[in-house]
Amino acid sequence: MTQTSSSRFINIGERTNVTGSAAFKKLIMADDYAAAVEVARQQVENGAQVIDVNMDEGLLDAVHAMTTFLKLIAAEPDIARVPVMIDSSKFHVIEAGLKCVSGKPIVNSISMKEGEAQFLEQARICMDYGAAVVVMAFDEVGQADTKERKIEICKRAYDLLVAEGFPPEDIIFDPNIFAVATGIEEHNRYGLDFIEAVEEIKAQCPHAKTSGGLSNLSFSFRGNETVRRAMHSVFLYHAIPAGLDMAIVNAGQLDVYDQIDPALRDACEDVILMRRSDATERLIDLAESYKGKSVADEKAAEEWRGWAVEKRLEHALVKGIDAHIVDDTEIMRAAIAASGGRPIEVIEGPLMDGMNVVGDLFGSGKMFLPQVVKSARVMKKAVAHLIPYIEAEKDLLPEEERKAKGKIIMATVKGDVHDIGKNIVGVVLQCNGYDVIDLGVMVPWPTILASANDNKADMIGLSGLITPSLDEMVTVAEEMQRAGMTMPLLIGGATTSKVHTALKIDPAYEGPVIHVLDASRAVGVASKLLSDTQRDSYVAEVEDEYIGVRDARAGKTVSALLSLDEARANAFPANMAEKPAPPEQPGVHVFPDWSLEHLRTFIDWTPFFRAWELHGNYPAILTDEVVGETATQLFADANAMLDQIIAEKWLTARGVAGLWPCGRDGDDIVLSPFVSSEVETPVQGLSTSLEANGKHSARLPMLRQQVKKSRDRANMCLADFIDPNGDWIGGFAVGIHGIDPHSARFQADKDDYSDILLKALADRFAEAFAEALHQHVRTTLWGYAPGEQLTCEALIKEEYRGIRPAPGYPACPDHSLKPILFDLLDAPANTGLTLTESFAMWPTAAVSGFYFGHPEAQYFGVARVGRDQLEDYAARRGIDLATAERWLRPNLD
Amino acid sequence: MTARQQLLDAAAQRVLIFDGAFGTQIQNRKLTEGDYAGDLGLLADQKGNNDILALTRPDVIGDITRAYLDAGSDVVSTNTFSANRISQADYAAEGLVRDINVASGKLARALADEYAARDGKPRFVAGAIGPTNKTLSLSPDVEDPGYREITFDDLVAVYREQAAALVEGGVDFILIETVFDTLNAKAGIMAVKQLERETGRDIPLMISMTLTDLSGRNLSGHTVEAFWYAVRHAKPLTIGLNCSFGAEQLRPHVKVLSQIADTLLMIYPNAGLPNELGEYDELPDTTAGLVKDWADHGQVNILGGCCGSSPAHIAAIARAVAKSEPRAVPSPEPAMRLAGLEPFTVAA
Repeated sequence: MTQTSSSRFINIGERTNVTGSAAFKKLIMADDYAAAVEVARQQVENGAQVIDVNMDEGLLDAVHAMTTFLKLIAAEPDIARVPVMIDSSKFHVIEAGLKCVSGKPIVNSISMKEGEAQFLEQARICMDYGAAVVVMAFDEVGQADTKERKIEICKRAYDLLVAEGFPPEDIIFDPNIFAVATGIEEHNRYGLDFIEAVEEIKAQCPHAKTSGGLSNLSFSFRGNETVRRAMHSVFLYHAIPAGLDMAIVNAGQLDVYDQIDPALRDACEDVILMRRSDATERLIDLAESYKGKSVADEKAAEEWRGWAVEKRLEHALVKGIDAHIVDDTEIMRAAIAASGGRPIEVIEGPLMDGMNVVGDLFGSGKMFLPQVVKSARVMKKAVAHLIPYIEAEKDLLPEEERKAKGKIIMATVKGDVHDIGKNIVGVVLQCNGYDVIDLGVMVPWPTILASANDNKADMIGLSGLITPSLDEMVTVAEEMQRAGMTMPLLIGGATTSKVHTALKIDPAYEGPVIHVLDASRAVGVASKLLSDTQRDSYVAEVEDEYIGVRDARAGKTVSALLSLDEARANAFPANMAEKPAPPEQPGVHVFPDWSLEHLRTFIDWTPFFRAWELHGNYPAILTDEVVGETATQLFADANAMLDQIIAEKWLTARGVAGLWPCGRDGDDIVLSPFVSSEVETPVQGLSTSLEANGKHSARLPMLRQQVKKSRDRANMCLADFIDPNGDWIGGFAVGIHGIDPHSARFQADKDDYSDILLKALADRFAEAFAEALHQHVRTTLWGYAPGEQLTCEALIKEEYRGIRPAPGYPACPDHSLKPILFDLLDAPANTGLTLTESFAMWPTAAVSGFYFGHPEAQYFGVARVGRDQLEDYAARRGIDLATAERWLRPNLD
Repeated sequence: MTARQQLLDAAAQRVLIFDGAFGTQIQNRKLTEGDYAGDLGLLADQKGNNDILALTRPDVIGDITRAYLDAGSDVVSTNTFSANRISQADYAAEGLVRDINVASGKLARALADEYAARDGKPRFVAGAIGPTNKTLSLSPDVEDPGYREITFDDLVAVYREQAAALVEGGVDFILIETVFDTLNAKAGIMAVKQLERETGRDIPLMISMTLTDLSGRNLSGHTVEAFWYAVRHAKPLTIGLNCSFGAEQLRPHVKVLSQIADTLLMIYPNAGLPNELGEYDELPDTTAGLVKDWADHGQVNILGGCCGSSPAHIAAIARAVAKSEPRAVPSPEPAMRLAGLEPFTVAA
């Protein structure tokens, strides 16, 4: 049996069936629907993928009971998330039920018992309500008992239904599981007949499914639970590979095939597969020894308690017994501690060993999903017991080692509830000093992104076990890209793979995407990603590997790119008669302390609110029906803090702007050496200085759009806005200094709110500074728009002449131009800003870019460029191809 | 050729255009109680009963429909979102349900035919059926979660009355829109199925869900995927999303539905999110830019607008997607696809 066949097998919970559960029947008869709803909830919690609801009891008003119960569980999202099986032998009860079920349910059952006409009428009604149906192998003559009758009736029903337009994939055949080992000879073949019929029905009825009610099988062993459980497990072990898709079964009534007493297992197999003529007698004889109060069970129960503790942990996990797990885990922990070991070793050792056994049994079809879910619960209890010890151990470490090595957001993606793997990875990472923020299961992407941003996480780890999770992970990656995030994305979970990550997830996100094979690799990956020395090479190495995977798979679908020559021929024809006049005040201007009071008037508040997850435009957001109150409060707090920042001079806005003569040379912009004298330019009451240091000579290679354009649209390049016959270009860098001591103070007070507020305001100041400085450049320093009178809103809407594109952003995607710009501006000295090795600015509340003054200058995205431009760019830039590839990776195929 | 086939043929060529909002357009005309009430002599005030204008001010509805056809709509809807017995009872106009729907159907039909005759391009009329203000899946009484305000059979009868009148008025399709409760939609499907059997004719369905939270569920709690499986038996001509939020917020859910639905996809979002006055101020080009992104990714077949959208929005959308390739309808492997609030697929 393959793993897929067993993991595809569907357990239909039978505890909400009055004919199958005496306890449930009692609740319904007593009108105790609240308790009855809890039974349904437990079933779903225990892993039922569909819940069977049956109210066929002579003393009940079945329509009333069915509709009441279905309406009640519809109000419980924990229960209503799974489909319902409406189970009744009376069709009017079924139809009453169909009127209460909002999803797509299964009807159980219809048959040809009363003839074809009624069968088809009922099928048509099911179709109108949009339900799948269970068709019993039952015709005008009676219930199908032999293999031949089962096949014949099912095939006939199938042909009738398909001819009526019933979707074949919505048909489930129940070819009747009858009791075996009854002592009546004709019954001996019942088990085998069912199994063989299933195989044949699946072959003859494409897309149809099969199901069965398991409890009938062992009917003759009522009262002997041990034997019944063994029979059910053995039966499924053989029926599932034959094609049985689902069964109505009490998950608690199943044993692990491998763990059934071999003598009993053999005897059951002899009966079910009819392997010997005396099979029934032998099983009945053997059953005697298991009779009564399940003596053997109790003996076995006592027995395992006497085993070694490691073995007990494994047994508890495999059997899903949580009664002693905390005690045993504690004994194990104490034993390991006594020999100098760490609490984490309990998890890494015996508990993981036990879970591996569970995994192997599940993989080979010897355990079923509900049992695995139980095992997971036992595992969680054990881990929960260990967590305080693991935490305490951390507290004993010296301060610097205790500080989190990095912050990782972990989540099981939307649509998926499997979190064992994720929890284990989380624990392992925590044990190794990482700060793990676990968002739980079924986490939609907005929550993941918001949490990563709010927590300033270093990376995100996504987990999923089911196939649709793969697509969801792609969505998360796409949304991270869209949100402009850059942090690494870790992918893990049973169905994930390096190939899928390389082909689907990695291309969706420009930041690093790493497939983590299993929990044991997580620490290695995380530490490399957070290492200053190893990160870049590791990311590049993984990226190369993924490119290799993609190349190997290459179907090479490439949208049309022009050659670089063709693209250049379609350059933007800026009218150079319109180019701006030379600046009034060329050279570099330093602004060591721009007035915060002045910057305050330039703040664009909309992104500030967006940073707080409050969506809407300022100032309308302040009176928004939904978020208005919150926004107003936040705005008041922000302004109060602004007052304080300004009054107490918490922050310092340092900036620099430069204006240099230049000319266009192909797609390069070449800055000429420029020397000028010291000038005093009073701005906002602050002195500025102009320095001449002879550094102002540089070549700025720009990238050109190469994607084929429709109609008359140009293939743009920033160089297009510069006159080859002499022109001017500018540059700037601004940064906000001084948040650290205040941030530290807030953190010490555990005042996250103020801390975030401060950082958000610092970012706003940086953007406002860029806006204010640009205006000063347009009106005064360059002076091409001396009379410009724009309101704050008009500024935000960029209703002015000229642009200020930043290196690393769409029009100028190569971040590595930032060092050249910083050099031209002598930004580290003039503004205190530094660049990290990946060209990020520090402090982070900073903005830098180039000024283009041409009236036709506009923003655009370079997008994908071809190999020819890459090579050309590398040559122009004076770097080797590999480096150019790394820097331009997002713009390459 | 049947309207169903004509729509399929046209949708294979290009992204088609649906219409935009009626409500905000009517509001802009600042009609008086007299305009609404006309000389019908009803016992309640009619102001706000937009659907009744088909009887009292058909010129207004005609003008709006014309404006959408001028803007480039291939499919126009009838102004009958609330023209059902339950909603009309609030205006003591439940006796006019048939009249309103027949009149609205005829009005839209005549205009669609007029424009089609003019340029030879087919125009279609979708008879719009709103969700009513009753819900089959939820209890209005927090103390009694099993209570329902209305039964499935009652709602089937309400929908059937409206659908029959719309068909009588000459609509091509029945559009069950703004589905906040999946079970209500299933009642609508049942009503149309009954009507089809009774009249012996094919009545193609268009079904459009509305999301009530950003995680992508409607009020009855169904995810987009679960919703599709719950209504797929209707074999609708189009499935889609409308209203909800703006296009920006709908984006991930459009993508999901686009991948799984083996039928045409029709999306008509609101013009952004309402501002502090409850008004929609997203500019036509903004909306058009957002929905064009879907078209560029081959995710949609029909685009239009819901609350707050105007003929200008529709014209901008039509311009933006004029050259876009329509979505290719996928053909998923046959599999049993069940649904609770969440989808559950039984692998083949």
